[in-house]
Amino acid sequence: MEQVFTLFKDYTFQTVALGSAILGLLSGILGSFAVLRKQSLLGDGVSHAALPGVILAFILTGSKHTEVLLLGALVSGLMATLFIISIVKHTRIKFDSALALVMSVFFGFGLVLLTFVQKIPNSNQAGLKRFIFGQASTLLQRDVIFMSLCGVILLILVLLFWKEFKLFIFDMEYARSLGLPANKINLLLSFMIVMAIIIGLQTVGVILMSAMLIAPAVAARQWTDRLWVMVMLSAVFGAVSGILGTIASSLTAKLPTGPAIVVFISCIVIFSILFAPGRGILQKMIHRRNLKQMIKRRGGNEDVSTI
Amino acid sequence: MSPQFEIQLIAVIVAVACSLPGVFLVLRKMSMMSDSITHTILLGIVLAFFLTHDLSSPLLIAGAAFMGLATVWLTETLNRTKLLSEDASIGIVFPLLFSIAIILITRYAGSVHLDTDSVLLGELAFAPFNRMILFGYDIGAKAIYSTLTLLLINLICIIVFFKELKVVTFDPILSAVLGISPTLIHYGLMLLVSMTTVGAFEAVGSVLVVAFMIGPPATAYLLTDDLKHMLMLSTGIGAVNGISGFYLASWLDVSISGSMAVMTGFVFFLVFITAPKKGFISSIRRHKRQKLDFSMKTLLFHLYQHEGSEAESQEAGLHTLSAHFRWDEAFTNKTVKYLLKEGNVSIENEVIKLTTKGRELSDQEYKAIFSE
Repeated sequence: MEQVFTLFKDYTFQTVALGSAILGLLSGILGSFAVLRKQSLLGDGVSHAALPGVILAFILTGSKHTEVLLLGALVSGLMATLFIISIVKHTRIKFDSALALVMSVFFGFGLVLLTFVQKIPNSNQAGLKRFIFGQASTLLQRDVIFMSLCGVILLILVLLFWKEFKLFIFDMEYARSLGLPANKINLLLSFMIVMAIIIGLQTVGVILMSAMLIAPAVAARQWTDRLWVMVMLSAVFGAVSGILGTIASSLTAKLPTGPAIVVFISCIVIFSILFAPGRGILQKMIHRRNLKQMIKRRGGNEDVSTI
Repeated sequence: MSPQFEIQLIAVIVAVACSLPGVFLVLRKMSMMSDSITHTILLGIVLAFFLTHDLSSPLLIAGAAFMGLATVWLTETLNRTKLLSEDASIGIVFPLLFSIAIILITRYAGSVHLDTDSVLLGELAFAPFNRMILFGYDIGAKAIYSTLTLLLINLICIIVFFKELKVVTFDPILSAVLGISPTLIHYGLMLLVSMTTVGAFEAVGSVLVVAFMIGPPATAYLLTDDLKHMLMLSTGIGAVNGISGFYLASWLDVSISGSMAVMTGFVFFLVFITAPKKGFISSIRRHKRQKLDFSMKTLLFHLYQHEGSEAESQEAGLHTLSAHFRWDEAFTNKTVKYLLKEGNVSIENEVIKLTTKGRELSDQEYKAIFSE
């Protein structure tokens, strides 16, 4: 326990833990929307698609500042999203195929650019790869400040458009018939999700970012049927696993932060699926057993065959 | 064989081998499962490595293929609880397994060359260095033989089980009635997908396996409605992507597998824009035509409704019409113009009147829509 207390006084730990917590919070909130729209895997796609943007931003500006690279990532993530949306809209190719295709092509393009950059002599390109694959321990204070700034903007947007998003997620046709600009809301929501993903890239990396988007929301979904409760819970789950993951990786030697966070959040998901009241598997099993016993008590046949 | 030729050969074999099971993934709306498997096989490789302590052991491939199946099973078990949607189940399972793999690697295999980069990114350019030696003779790159075996397995399985795969893909309930187990075929297909992934990722890296698996079938899906044609087209497109990607890479001196993915995207984009019937341009055209068609019918019904009534001059006035329908001016004029051209309406004193032909047409259309 003492170890934990000394840890909390550690400056690097504070920065990384704060960064991971903010990331968990944001991805928890926006992930709720993505999961409810059945676009959970968008996170996976966008985070892969960010690679060419990051490297192009580096090639064009020559700078390795977080803001510049993230801007590049944002632009290429958005472009990928637009491609996916228009492929789904105009052809019979389904969302999953469009996503898989666009994501892998963008990533391939990123690799091409990466090998191109590596050939430029003296180009200070080391660390670009790490940026994409994430390394929470390299978070700096200014990165955290930047993250919180983006976070505040996203939170304000969520609060402002709360009613619209809610209607749009649960009953798109009704929202359309009320005259809400469905396309614009769709774009705004996608934009915000992409932004949350991009912020997380640096902390947990491309591959694990999709878990940060999905897992807190899925866990929260099991405990409630109300949107605002779900969003709140999801934010809490995300933030808590962010902090727990950072603590675990600081206390244990050679335990990378990103994967540790993902393992924690996955444990929360499994716990929620098993034990959540009302929906959870345990509750369902108890309910079933009670029903069976009731039928037995009343002299019915225990195993009525159903088709 | 020169290294260049060998690389092209491997590229074509991998592309064809990947696109065969890929066709069924696209049709069964399971494309993202390939992405999931490409990540989780890392855990299979790591676990098998801990057992054998040998990086070239065939057990590694078996472990990877087994982990692919385990991924599919876990995802479906989660999905069957109905507590979360299918895509969310995928998104929970593979990051967890992948994280466990990375933690295991950093903790216990740090000193061994089991590099996550080499699994995820792969590089075709190095494939010819790994030679296949038989009875002391060098008979070509190892990857040629491993990928060729894979291709043969895929080809044989798909030819032998073509009927079953087809029924299960398009009508799982019918297949169950016919006594073909959809589950069995499903897991068989998934075994093919994981084996293909394992075999191909050594050559091209796991992320790009997804491009090879989904790209050509998705492109072919825009060009044909026939399963056999789609299979053949995708293999052809895959081969073209592979070869053109190689030339792009050697021209620009960049990553070969990356350029192949770029070519995959490029070819898809071309087909997406221009495909007859199912492409972007024809979709926009169709949409416009339908919109015009709909507005013409609406206007005909409207005229029919108000024909001879007192408000006719208001309801069917040439200049009041656009305000009445809340259509913009240009669109209204276009609709009226087309109706005039077909001789369905005429204009008298700035009021649009139905001609006999137009009256018959609207009656006919009305009956077509509203009678059983």
